[in-house]
Amino acid sequence: MTTQTGEQISIRVTVNGRVETAELRADRSLLEWLREDLDLTGAKLGCNEGECGACVVLLDGRPVNSCLVLAAEADGREVLTIEGLGRAGALHPLQQAFVDRAAVQCGFCTPGMILCALGLLGENPDPSPDEIRRALAGNLCRCTGYQQIVEAVLDGAGRMREGART
Amino acid sequence: MSGQGYDWVGQDVERVDAVDKVTGAARYTADLKFPRLLHAAVVRSSLPHARLLHVDLGPALSVPGVKAAVCGRDVPFHVGIYLKDQTVFACDRVRYVGDPVAAVAAESPEAAAEAASRIAIDYEPLEPVFDVERGLEPDAPRVHPELGRYECVPWITPEPGTNVCNHLKVRKGDFDAALKRCAHVIENRFAVPQVQHVPLEPHVSVARVDLAGRVEIHTSAQSPFTVRHLLCACFGFKHADVRVIVPHVGGGFGGKAGINLEPIATALALRCDGRPVRVAVDRSEEFYAVVVRQGLQASLTSGVDENGRVIAQKMRYVWDCGAYGGYGVNVVRAAGYTCGGAYAFDHVQGDSIGVYTNRPIGSAYRGFGMQEIHWALESQMDAVAREIGMDPVEFRLRNCLGPGKATVTGQVLDESAGDVATCIRKVACGIGLDVDRTDPSGGGPIRRGRGMACAVKAPAMPNDAASSVILKFCEDATLELSLSGVDIGQGLRTVAAQYAAQALKLPIESVRVHNLPDTHLSPYDWQTVASRQTWATGNAVLRAAEDCKRQLLETAASALGRPADALELDAGCVRDPDSGRSVPLDRLVMGYLFEDGHAVGGPVAACAHFVPEGLLFLDPETSQSKKPVAKWTFGAQGVEISVDTRTGEIRVDRVVACYDVGKVVHPSLIRGQTFGGIVQGLGTGLMEELVLDRTSGRIANATLADYKIPSSLDAPRMEAGFLETPQADGPLGARGVGEHTMIPTPAAIANALVDACGVRVHSMPLTAEKVLAALDAREAGREGGHRGS
Repeated sequence: MTTQTGEQISIRVTVNGRVETAELRADRSLLEWLREDLDLTGAKLGCNEGECGACVVLLDGRPVNSCLVLAAEADGREVLTIEGLGRAGALHPLQQAFVDRAAVQCGFCTPGMILCALGLLGENPDPSPDEIRRALAGNLCRCTGYQQIVEAVLDGAGRMREGART
Repeated sequence: MSGQGYDWVGQDVERVDAVDKVTGAARYTADLKFPRLLHAAVVRSSLPHARLLHVDLGPALSVPGVKAAVCGRDVPFHVGIYLKDQTVFACDRVRYVGDPVAAVAAESPEAAAEAASRIAIDYEPLEPVFDVERGLEPDAPRVHPELGRYECVPWITPEPGTNVCNHLKVRKGDFDAALKRCAHVIENRFAVPQVQHVPLEPHVSVARVDLAGRVEIHTSAQSPFTVRHLLCACFGFKHADVRVIVPHVGGGFGGKAGINLEPIATALALRCDGRPVRVAVDRSEEFYAVVVRQGLQASLTSGVDENGRVIAQKMRYVWDCGAYGGYGVNVVRAAGYTCGGAYAFDHVQGDSIGVYTNRPIGSAYRGFGMQEIHWALESQMDAVAREIGMDPVEFRLRNCLGPGKATVTGQVLDESAGDVATCIRKVACGIGLDVDRTDPSGGGPIRRGRGMACAVKAPAMPNDAASSVILKFCEDATLELSLSGVDIGQGLRTVAAQYAAQALKLPIESVRVHNLPDTHLSPYDWQTVASRQTWATGNAVLRAAEDCKRQLLETAASALGRPADALELDAGCVRDPDSGRSVPLDRLVMGYLFEDGHAVGGPVAACAHFVPEGLLFLDPETSQSKKPVAKWTFGAQGVEISVDTRTGEIRVDRVVACYDVGKVVHPSLIRGQTFGGIVQGLGTGLMEELVLDRTSGRIANATLADYKIPSSLDAPRMEAGFLETPQADGPLGARGVGEHTMIPTPAAIANALVDACGVRVHSMPLTAEKVLAALDAREAGREGGHRGS
């Protein structure tokens, strides 16, 4: 019960391009804050111990398990969740590749998977299938067997490189 | 020409929920916001087996923010799909570590947890039963002394006074006599541990009971109508007063079939004055507290003649059903009537026996017992072939089922049952088992091997299990499709749209599959299990579409002044082929308005159902039946592995699969199902096992850190091929395949291990420790003077 009277903090975070300020308990995770206060439920609670990757968001462009990051740690930084990436009619090329390559089944791992892959492509725009598999090793999927996800990331990487040239 | 371009069945159309899922728009149960939501904490038994002497809820109720607390004496109601052997909370006995004893609802998760921790429970420990061997002993403690008093469907046969919750016997021909005529008799034992489904989304249910007594449940479940039905049976509600809504579901694999957390949420909600209550399990509870897959101990005896035909086959499957068998008893039954797998054995003695233990609850899991029995059976077939000096592929071909051959229950298969022999040949060829090989690794530490295994499964369901759909047109001739089959990732909603669009010659994007199965709004469906949805719902869609088409033609007949049977439905219109005149659909779907102002017809809509025909119960003594199940789906997988003989570690490099699916409805979806099944099969084959601490009765590895499932680094290269022998009662010939894709993988890996290193491991999973021990044992055997024997 110590947490109920825990210390309050103020944070100022850029979430999906928009500045959000909040007063919250110091022990709240980034995932809780995104899901419960901002209703950004694309990041999923799969294990709450950093093992499944369903909660991955980008923090200053790098994938993090948001269940293991305190909201306080995001203070002054930029967070990208799946909701900030694209929308119907204007999907991000990587989202479109996941659609076109049938890389989505139950969809619970999909937001984390896409954001983790996006983090990889930020550092390595032309990864090999093995590099993709290594980058996604912390994002569990129980449905697809990963093959079509890897195909989608390869495809999305190609589309992003194409887009960067034009 | 009419119809061209509308052959959607067989095409890679876009998943109807793909954009929802890649944008985060798809809401799962835990994503929903409820005003004034209360959070639940469940108090679970810390002992595997004990008398429950007293539960004191008082201290919990004094915690600030607590709204309600409830335990067994408050809701002493039984629940269960086939055998009602469980109560909402343990009443006078706890039967596994994790058994729900009480629950609280509070304003915050922290308050709920604090209150739960203050509930005092008095136990009198009892001797636990941790394995089936002990459970079957005459002096074993009884896990359910009340077994004879439970309500049960007539085709499940518990044995009161024992720990046996079901026993199915298959008796065909004369096993004992046939065995005496055999040139070879080979016996082996195999084992499968309990494993867990590990859906990425853990179980979660939200219940609300309003002040008028109406119940509303949002839940992560595979079967909204079965949840409603079982909830009504449990609490005595009227069905129409209970509304079950299933949002997007983050994977099921059988673990969300039947009923799970919903009764606990309801028991609390009944005490919370109209406020919603959410019950969620964390990842650790997901592993041990909800449901798991049953364990198996199998003993097989094969009698083979000089020609390599198995003429006498004895199979004894003993299942670890865990603490409750409500659903698992039907896994026992399905494994019984499928005990011979993909083979035609003439003389059969089969026993499938479910045994209660004080372990987690065994229940439905993708494959419904089939992966477990195929682990035994396909390992045995390989071992027998090698022992009699026959090629395992040829041995399988000599013994497999096919048109005109009879299953273990005496069902003679016809041409439409599917072609396992061709699956075997294609897989053998695809993985390279059809060529003479020398080990390319020579004498090095990394050995390569190849192996294969077959698979067969039928839907295990009540004979009258139904699916139904509603089709209704919007004013702009968009078609709305409503169903209660749940898209748990397999793509059901997309497949349903394909059938509807094809039958009514609509653009695929003109069919909208309504999102949420909702028992108040969408039509009845029994359950999303048994690989039955494409087949059952697909049939219902085609029937409803036929009805819509009839209505459109009748209205057009009035409009055009022609008999309806002279008209044809074309793309976007109804046409008179003789005159070339046509009426566009958007002038027909709400009825047709003539120029003088009078109208004919009306809004076009149809409801249709599908129930399989002609199924017959099994004979209670022998299980013989001409048609015990609706359909079979056959397939096979071949694998190529590398074994590091220094560590025992197996790496699966490549898998080739072939299934006779009747009709490939959606090439990308079926590839995805197949790849996903293979990797899930690989997980159970290589790494997954719930480890019991026999001192405490707890599951020792109930985290994703300790219970590993395959990651992207474990997934092999995979190729999927399909045969299309049409299913006679399938929609455009299709039959189910979702579960079958994970059935043969572990046995194929075990057979490849023999090919690679000459050692066979009889118990899943094939961990490095077991492989190394087998290799060491063989070395020790050689050094001990057996060389050359």
